[in-house]
Amino acid sequence: MIEVSEAGLLRRRSVVPALLAERGDMLVVAGLGAPAWDVTAAGDHDLTFPLWGAMGGAAVIGLGMAIARPDRRVLVLTGDGEMLMGVGSLATIAVQAPPNLSIVVLDNERYGETGGQRTHTGMGVDLVGMAIAAGIPQTMRINLPGEVEALRQAIHTSTGPLFAVVKIDPESLPLALPPRDGAVLSARFRGALLGPAAHLE
Amino acid sequence: MAGKDWPAALFALLQAHRVRQVAVVPDAGHAALIRLVEASNEMRLVPLTTEEEGIALLGGAWLGGQRGVLLMQSSGVGNCINMLSLAASCRIPLPMLITMRGEFGEFNPWQVPMGQATPTVLEAMGCAVRRADAPEDVAPVADAMLGLAYNTFRATACLIGQRVLGAKTFGIAPQ
Repeated sequence: MIEVSEAGLLRRRSVVPALLAERGDMLVVAGLGAPAWDVTAAGDHDLTFPLWGAMGGAAVIGLGMAIARPDRRVLVLTGDGEMLMGVGSLATIAVQAPPNLSIVVLDNERYGETGGQRTHTGMGVDLVGMAIAAGIPQTMRINLPGEVEALRQAIHTSTGPLFAVVKIDPESLPLALPPRDGAVLSARFRGALLGPAAHLE
Repeated sequence: MAGKDWPAALFALLQAHRVRQVAVVPDAGHAALIRLVEASNEMRLVPLTTEEEGIALLGGAWLGGQRGVLLMQSSGVGNCINMLSLAASCRIPLPMLITMRGEFGEFNPWQVPMGQATPTVLEAMGCAVRRADAPEDVAPVADAMLGLAYNTFRATACLIGQRVLGAKTFGIAPQ
């Protein structure tokens, strides 16, 4: 059930579990800060790679994964501030054009972890427009509860790359922290994806 | 193949180490190797808009089960500093082949600060660094640093000295 705030904006902790519903064997990368807390609140998973740093790198981590595993869907869930820091990567991703990669920006127009300062998307910058201009073939803008299920389906079926912005309420929510040792996160992810051979390479 | 044709030797090493993704911000010194990768069916060339993308890319590649290598010039090392945290924290094999500017015979003063700082910056971020300053040293040093990265799950750098590459003089005879 997708919730809407008093301001009429989508609530992130209802959107993220809806996007991760029936995820199957999809690989998930979550950008640092609130998106990492959101995916954890939705249920920590061995095939989820939440970031505690590497700001600006989430989308390209997804690109490397999508190239390595063309047989899997790859979803990057990140924030507007994180995407803006690595916005040149939209050009890199458009050129590589992996059909199995989706990037979903949870856009609250704020740097939520640092005091709620406005980001560029709150001052007129249009990330979907930038993705289109870069040559990303599939784009979506999600503002209404009824649009979220179409995005979930597109993540699983579209011939991408797909880039979507979901406008969300800038609410501050209780933390839901994933493991923070990067060695644990990468080993569990590779073990779940590649089996015991992952640790014998 | 050692010696003058060190780009071909590097390509053979990438094949031997089963490299599948080659992330690149170009440098003249890497031009021959980039052409070989482009022509290869077993490696994917991924041109980047900035070098730190390469660290993220190879992180994703490793998580997905593929090995990669990052090619850049020394000025790009400065763009990578914070993103190197990903390789260090997540134990990602991250071999970097870095062509040097700002040292042996440099003409452009703007290349010198980052060129001189390159080994210090890399070592400050926990990266193992070794240099090759003669053509016949390039392949053995690169082989060692590729192996160190993949066998021990860390960032490594092979610095290819400007003495190997020759300095760019912009058509002006060096004094």
